[in-house]
Amino acid sequence: MRARLRGQIQQLLAFASLIAIVVFFSIANDRFLTWANVTGILLAATVVGLLALGTTFVIITGGIDLSIGTGMTLSAVMTGVFLTYLGMPLWLGVILAILFGGLLGLINGVNVAVLKIPPFIATLAMMLVAAGLSLVISGTAPIYFKETPDFVRLATGSLIPGIRFPNGVLIFIIVAIVAGVILKKTLLGRYTFSIGSNEEATELSGVNVTKWKIAIYTFAGLFTGLAGVLLASRLSSAQPALGMGYELEAIAAVVIGGTSLQGGKGSIVGTVIGALIMAVLTNGLRIMSIPQEWQSVAVGAVILIAVYLDILRRKNA
Amino acid sequence: MTPETTTTTALLDLSGVSKGFPGVQALDDVRLELRHGEVLALVGENGAGKSTLMKLLAGIYTPDAGTFRLNGEEFSIEGPRHAQELGIAIIHQEFNLMPDLTVAQNIFIGREPRSGGVFLDDRALNRSAQELFDRLGLTIDPTERVEHLTVARQQMVEIAKALSFNAKVLIMDEPTAALNDAEVEVLFELIQRFRTPDTGVIYISHRMDELARISDRITVLRDGRYIDTLETATSTVGEVISLMVGRTITGEQRPGQVQRSPDVVLSVAGLSTKKLLKNVGFELHRGEILGFAGLMGAGRTELARAIVGADPIESGRITVDGREVQIGNPADAARLGIGYLSEDRKRLGVVLEQDVATNIVLSTLPAFTSKAGFMRDGAIIRTAREFIGRLRIKTPSANQLVKNLSGGNQQKVVIAKWLAKDCDILIFDEPTRGIDVGAKDEIYALLEELARQGKSIIMISSELPEVLRMSHRIAVMCEGRLNAVLDNAEATQEIVMDYATRFSAEGTVS
Ligand SMILES: Nc1ncnc2c1ncn2[C@@H]1O[C@H](COP(=O)(O)OP(=O)(O)OP(=O)(O)O)[C@@H](O)[C@H]1O
Ligand SMILES: [Mg+2]
Repeated sequence: MRARLRGQIQQLLAFASLIAIVVFFSIANDRFLTWANVTGILLAATVVGLLALGTTFVIITGGIDLSIGTGMTLSAVMTGVFLTYLGMPLWLGVILAILFGGLLGLINGVNVAVLKIPPFIATLAMMLVAAGLSLVISGTAPIYFKETPDFVRLATGSLIPGIRFPNGVLIFIIVAIVAGVILKKTLLGRYTFSIGSNEEATELSGVNVTKWKIAIYTFAGLFTGLAGVLLASRLSSAQPALGMGYELEAIAAVVIGGTSLQGGKGSIVGTVIGALIMAVLTNGLRIMSIPQEWQSVAVGAVILIAVYLDILRRKNA
Repeated sequence: MTPETTTTTALLDLSGVSKGFPGVQALDDVRLELRHGEVLALVGENGAGKSTLMKLLAGIYTPDAGTFRLNGEEFSIEGPRHAQELGIAIIHQEFNLMPDLTVAQNIFIGREPRSGGVFLDDRALNRSAQELFDRLGLTIDPTERVEHLTVARQQMVEIAKALSFNAKVLIMDEPTAALNDAEVEVLFELIQRFRTPDTGVIYISHRMDELARISDRITVLRDGRYIDTLETATSTVGEVISLMVGRTITGEQRPGQVQRSPDVVLSVAGLSTKKLLKNVGFELHRGEILGFAGLMGAGRTELARAIVGADPIESGRITVDGREVQIGNPADAARLGIGYLSEDRKRLGVVLEQDVATNIVLSTLPAFTSKAGFMRDGAIIRTAREFIGRLRIKTPSANQLVKNLSGGNQQKVVIAKWLAKDCDILIFDEPTRGIDVGAKDEIYALLEELARQGKSIIMISSELPEVLRMSHRIAVMCEGRLNAVLDNAEATQEIVMDYATRFSAEGTVS
């Protein structure tokens, strides 16, 4: 009982910080709290947020995934290949691109769970491989979606009539809910926590840890694929040189959301809030015309503060 | 193998079992027979191979040779899950729960009830756990997270988990190492409930007094070999011990009347902490062994941690060699010559992924560094070998990783580490927990030797005979208060227990 209460307080605190930042920026600048700007923030949170959702699972197992940034780029390039080069129908190309992200995750999972390569190294290698392949496959030039003009509407169009609410954000909300349910209510989620909490004990309890780890990394890869698709749609092109650095932003969002890098602890709600904090911060600082360099400094400071507060909370608990 | 012979075939029968690790023959042609309805104690010195044998049964290791029979039928074990399916449940020596999961989630890990095939049914999960606890007579909240339970209750969860498999063979590897007397009673109760004509229990323990109470027969291993099996009813503790160690052990003795040195090396006055301690004060003399007795939770570990600065102090004065000191953390304490050997050695005492030699010199590394800043590997190995010999640490070499040592030998490594540091004041928290009788004797001799050399020792122990045997004076704590400091000559088990259970007495000791 106490434990559950404590978990809720933790999320409440993260949420309170988000509100505080929003209030601060809306007072500081009246352009901040406009519909256009808010949907802009949400759309910006979508791509990093999707990556963060998948990575939350990996981090709760006590692992890390550095390949999500460039993996996303490669998935975007593959979307271009499927839709533009191969001329596939929109739905098929999109599904294949998402599955391609899953394939990258599967390879990570096998490297980590079967070959026992530490996650940091396995996914670092995958990060470089994906970055290189994106350039090779695209011939270092962006791929545009001439054959499928509707593709762009996937992220930026609005399904809800009358309101300009980007589909990308809608997709993110739905996917986040699904991820939350899977983490809390299914075997995959339960074993994610269990492995991160005590991998050896989980194995000794008769759970096939190898199999489940592969499943978890593969599952996380699907988010990478989806992020690639939405990024390509938003930019109306697959940009092969983009992507490096997204993985760190996503990991930062996860950590700000209270997920422990030691594994065993974390939540989807936390990650969503973390992603929003990152997006609000970047947007707010830009609106206030803080130079790019200083934005980066501010984000770094926020990560330190967030994680330290989390440590304090745990100590007093 | 006719069915009529079931009364004479054993429940579990192992023969010719061998298992080697690089540099160690952990088991060599071992046999073991567990009969229907019996509790078989398995004893042996640290590193004798007890845990290894049980891990073979649990499907964690595969044997190099040997046949396993269950009710007369030969079988082999493919993995932990398979062992569970065969009806073999094991409670490991090491902590084996997932601290971030709830009690119920831990118990049913790998067997989660689901609704609609996909979604976990946590309500059914909690209900099953509650039913299990009701059946076992335990009061534990199934929805509490395991990390918030005391060690003893975590142990109960492990036992409940093992029993939830409807196991036929229940293996317990030192289940009482972290339990107090009342909790041991609960455990024995559970074992009695589990015991039926078609089940059996293998019980590993270093606590000799338990064997007579709980076991029907005792199997002794030594150096990875089968030595003998005795009927508990017709054998003595002395017999068992001499089979275990292959030599006779000196009996219990009380420390001789020593001339207590007038020098006070450590004096604590009015020490209180927010959590537990209330106005604790005592003096420790040079060359003295001061035993701390009390029930679990009496505040002995808290006192030690407060003294070495591991936990914050609310009020109180600490004086070392006549000088008042402020100790902010264990490093300060070490600088003042106070060493603290944690009771939780597994978690706080050793670096499992490092070798024996590194662990032994870890806290004294600067002394093993040359002027130019390089490590003096030769000196490190020499020192390590010296302690390996002195404490009889069973390891193929000083370069073996600590995680590959048996549980008891890991503990000896920690003790060696603090001895290497050469502190003047040593606080030992449960120094012999999980250590076999032979090694216990050596550790006692060591403590006495240290005291003779002029070191001052605080020994916290939950085993009263040990406290009475070792201590010059005995401090008794209860509910965070120091209820009495007794001279060894005036102390008996009864008197100590009396002070340890005076629950709200006004404890002022001069
Ligand atoms: N994984 C391993 N790798 C190498 N050696 C090992 C390994 N596991 C155990 N050993 C060695 O095998 C021997 C038997 O160890 P085991 O853990 O079975 O002893 P034990 O009888 O349980 O002792 P204790 O009472 O201290 O728990 C020891 O010498 C130990 O160092
Ligand atoms: Mg053992």
